[in-house]
Amino acid sequence: MIEVVAGERCIGCDRCIEVCPTRVFDRGEGGIPVIARQDSCQTCFQCEAYCPTDALFVAPFATPAAADSDFRDATHLQANGLLGGYRRELGWGSGRRLGARTAVGPEYPD
Amino acid sequence: MTTGDTVATLTTDVLVIGGGPAGTWAAIKATQAGADVVLVDKGHTGSSGATASVGTGVWYVDDVPELREAAMASREVLGGHLAERDWMTRVLDETHDRMDELAAVQRYPFPIDAYGRPIRNDLQGPEYMRRQRTRVQRLGVRILDHTPALELLVDDDGVASGAVALDRASGHTVRIEAGAVVLAAGGCAFQSKSLGCDVNTGDGALMAVEAGAVLSGMEFSNSFAIAPKGTSLTKTAYYSWATFYRGDRTPIEGAGSARGRTVIAKTLCDEPVFARIDRVTEAERVGMRKGQPNFFLVFDRLGIDPFTDFFEITLVAEGTVRGTGGVRIADYDCATDVPGLYAAGDTATRELICGGFTGGGSHNAAWAASSGSWAGRGAATFARRRGDRPATLRALGGAGLRPDGRVGLDYRAVTAAVQRHVLPHEHNFLRHGDQLAPALQSLHDAWSAVRANLGAEGEDVFRAREAAAMVAHSRWMYHAALQRTETRGMHKRIDHPTQDPDQRYRLLTGGLDDIWTRPEPAGAPVGGRAA
Repeated sequence: MIEVVAGERCIGCDRCIEVCPTRVFDRGEGGIPVIARQDSCQTCFQCEAYCPTDALFVAPFATPAAADSDFRDATHLQANGLLGGYRRELGWGSGRRLGARTAVGPEYPD
Repeated sequence: MTTGDTVATLTTDVLVIGGGPAGTWAAIKATQAGADVVLVDKGHTGSSGATASVGTGVWYVDDVPELREAAMASREVLGGHLAERDWMTRVLDETHDRMDELAAVQRYPFPIDAYGRPIRNDLQGPEYMRRQRTRVQRLGVRILDHTPALELLVDDDGVASGAVALDRASGHTVRIEAGAVVLAAGGCAFQSKSLGCDVNTGDGALMAVEAGAVLSGMEFSNSFAIAPKGTSLTKTAYYSWATFYRGDRTPIEGAGSARGRTVIAKTLCDEPVFARIDRVTEAERVGMRKGQPNFFLVFDRLGIDPFTDFFEITLVAEGTVRGTGGVRIADYDCATDVPGLYAAGDTATRELICGGFTGGGSHNAAWAASSGSWAGRGAATFARRRGDRPATLRALGGAGLRPDGRVGLDYRAVTAAVQRHVLPHEHNFLRHGDQLAPALQSLHDAWSAVRANLGAEGEDVFRAREAAAMVAHSRWMYHAALQRTETRGMHKRIDHPTQDPDQRYRLLTGGLDDIWTRPEPAGAPVGGRAA
């Protein structure tokens, strides 16, 4: 589920508000999106894929992370290179090679 | 309905409901056929639905007779001999053309093989769908995001003539009058947290049946994906290389991703099951990471190495998203049994190309591109021939929108009641008449309550409608599942474990308050044969 909007990275482009299929975000004070309806989050990672500044983090669980979880700590996530991981794989963002170009899995065993 | 007044009325030739692969192809082809098009999506066209957040195989087969023959033959047994050769041929042709178009026009970056040839049998969901959105926008289609369709509009003759939708941000409704309508709203996964599928609540089937359409194959609705416990990662492909284990780390005999999923389901009834993707070479590991990056995204964040660590798994319901049941298709244009109403993608039955079993996204992706294209062209032609529409139109929405009594039921409670009966694999994956019958009765009772008391205001209007659609879907599913007293395709009856040659037919289902199921009559005008 979506756990973090890293306010200091956010440029207020509203892309996450637009692309979220389940309308999890609202525009908050000062233009920074806020997680207004976390219970609507379907853990699809699309907001992360579209965030141009790697300011969002979706934890790998389909239910909210515990209050003291590292997944809710933007400083920890940034320090451990966990922000922007999905975009790196997709190759989205300037100067990157599109992941689709090399997305070839192995032949199936049957 | 208790929303604010309709704030806007749009007029167009073709209304497309749903902005996934089927809806976007429908919008592209309708526009190219000369129609003005409005596309509405519950979420956001390009990032919403079952495809945008996954990678999917595509049933793309080179135009070589031997390869095509093998591709078609391989599905007939799995699907229980309910598919049609003419439809498989058409879908293989159309899918080939659409994927080539995707490369040439949308400039999708297909991988290149060692001989320099493009590989077009696999798509990365986010890349595919963002390019579909751009293409649709460039063609001048009016896209309304976060605007779920609530109900269809028909004229005095019952011809589909548009829809009323909800602008979620404002809570106001939008009325869209159209010469024809394409339903491409996805299947129904009952908000099981299957990846990207919480928006797929069977709205298309409900709107279609309210207009008089018929469904087909609703018993083929018990696909369950393998997922690491507690996650939404319902991507099953790589479990073909997995071994499944008990808690004491001994392998479970006969358990597997494909035919061995029944063993997994049975074991899960008694004890936890663990997986490890340990039948891979080093080269295959590297290939897997490239093939499906978001599969590993979740494992990496969980701190699990799926190649070396044991991890607990569960089975997650995917309903008619990965099932094959849906709105019956009446001709080669993907018309339904309602004039002016077309169905595409997971809203429509996919039995015509894969019978009662899909086994993966490949056929559904091919069907979405093909049926969407046909429905878009068909709807454009219908709208053009129809000419002027009558001034007065009737809105058809009932359950969840216009209760017979006082509003007094919460949509969350309704959804939870449906989920209790359809999400547990012990009830739905392996079915038994003794469980289906009381579950169906309970769901009928839920429907009566919905009819009497379910409604909502503002943005929640569409939530109430979703809940009503899921109740309807569950009842059609279990009604058909009770009727098919055999095991065929994905439909597995513990009390009827073998295939019965006398039931080799598709089952039609329909009705809202009183549901019926009957075999499709021989010679019915499916597949364009009687068109």
